[in-house]
Amino acid sequence: MHWNSVGEFFAMGGYALYVWGSFGACLVLMVAEPLLAKRRLNEVRKNLIRERLADELDHPSGTS
Amino acid sequence: MRQSIIHWFKFASPQGFYPLAGRMIPWFWAAAAIFGISGLWISFFVAPTDAQQGEGYRIIFIHVPASWMSMFIYLVMAFWAALGLALNTRVSGMMAQALAPTGALMAALSLWTGAFWGKPMWGAWWVWDARLTSELILFFLYLGFMALQAAIDDPRRADKAGAILALVGVVNIPIIYFSVKWWNTLHQGSTINLNKAPSMAQTMLWGMLLMALAFWMYSIAVALTRVRAIILERERHTEWVKHALE
Amino acid sequence: MNALLATVRRDILLALRRKSEVLTAVFFFVIVTSLFPLGIGPEPALLKKIAPGILWVAALLATLLGLPRLFAADHVDGTLEQMALSPSPLGLLVAGKILAHWLLCGLPLVLLAPVLGLQFDLDASALGILTLALLLGTPLLSLIGAIGAALTLGVRGGGVLLALLVLPLYIPALIFGAGAVEAHIAGLDIGGHLSLLAAMLVLAAFFAPWATTAALRVALE
Repeated sequence: MHWNSVGEFFAMGGYALYVWGSFGACLVLMVAEPLLAKRRLNEVRKNLIRERLADELDHPSGTS
Repeated sequence: MRQSIIHWFKFASPQGFYPLAGRMIPWFWAAAAIFGISGLWISFFVAPTDAQQGEGYRIIFIHVPASWMSMFIYLVMAFWAALGLALNTRVSGMMAQALAPTGALMAALSLWTGAFWGKPMWGAWWVWDARLTSELILFFLYLGFMALQAAIDDPRRADKAGAILALVGVVNIPIIYFSVKWWNTLHQGSTINLNKAPSMAQTMLWGMLLMALAFWMYSIAVALTRVRAIILERERHTEWVKHALE
Repeated sequence: MNALLATVRRDILLALRRKSEVLTAVFFFVIVTSLFPLGIGPEPALLKKIAPGILWVAALLATLLGLPRLFAADHVDGTLEQMALSPSPLGLLVAGKILAHWLLCGLPLVLLAPVLGLQFDLDASALGILTLALLLGTPLLSLIGAIGAALTLGVRGGGVLLALLVLPLYIPALIFGAGAVEAHIAGLDIGGHLSLLAAMLVLAAFFAPWATTAALRVALE
């Protein structure tokens, strides 16, 4: 361990902007991408379930 | 033996692959988290300060894995594309389509971190270094692939057209890389070698490898999530989808 | 081989009936190269330095202009489908169409380049190298471009998409083509540049018609 304090860790020896700019962008993108993918999946699922419900309402016999 | 072959082919159909992907995703997330945390621990707390580049070199721990993944994903994408063309399996095309955005993201990350590394080290956000330039072209190739697939409405045609483009791209990537390198050495004035990396300590290598593994697992998890969405979108009118959503 | 020549002749005849289409690309080339000195300034030393790059980039864009029409008209009137069904292999007919495209769009650029090079104060030997590099490079542009044209056939926003697909693949041709002239001006050996350009041309001549045919079959399905 070569950091003496938390402040020193965040200062990154004067390279804070560059190190945290890189790691921060990486974090933001790698959180956003899975969320977007997940939302796309959920959206399709929701639509499909809604369609099926509408289908069952149209044909209440359940034979479909 | 025969039985196991049949078993495997079951997963080559969207119907078989959809639940399998759903079961695998949490495991890949777990692996990504484990590799990512240990990789980050090494990159910030174990790896020593570099003699020449100070703490700024720590960007290497995401820059290099992102670059590796951006190239690797293109190869995997082309592999799925070729498989789809050769065997006419539907899931292959969907996998290629699901991988492209993640590959583009990795290329974008590689460019972004390259710029943030270049600024303190070379004094410029962008230099026409051979590696950075090739990465930029790779990013364009991803964008072209995604734009082509988005522009074609018929999914089967989109898959096949995308597959041909991906294969043409794979043949061209080494040629592009070689030509950019040649171009770069010819114009000596602007040659700055990104890979004059600090004498690579063993711990640094480990950090990079662990981070690369984390990125790899992350890419698989995201691509699988996306491929599930694509499967449902394309197979929405089939009978099995109705039952899969219980 | 007869089928190939017949396709070439047919395409050239068709194009000559609509001269404006061929001339557009040529005028584009002339105008773009003439705009650069106006934007940058008339200093001869600077113009001489940037001339190879500008002429090559302009040639790239001019080739791109003619590409969307490579298969579009034949696709619309059904000729392409007839070609796919004809007894002679589609790859051969496609090669003929690509050759015709080069004769109509590429060759005029090669012939005009030395004249335009004079605007940039290039000397005679540099002009010769420029023409030679373009002679090797423009067929390569037509071959690679044909793949993109086939992929975007009948697709929404085809023209812009075509540029996005094809331009990154043009980079090696640009580097070696413009590089040959630059190296010559700098007094370096240019054998490497030209032989690599020729190697890429051979490679593309073998693979591009094949990939184009595959892409056309996908579009015709």
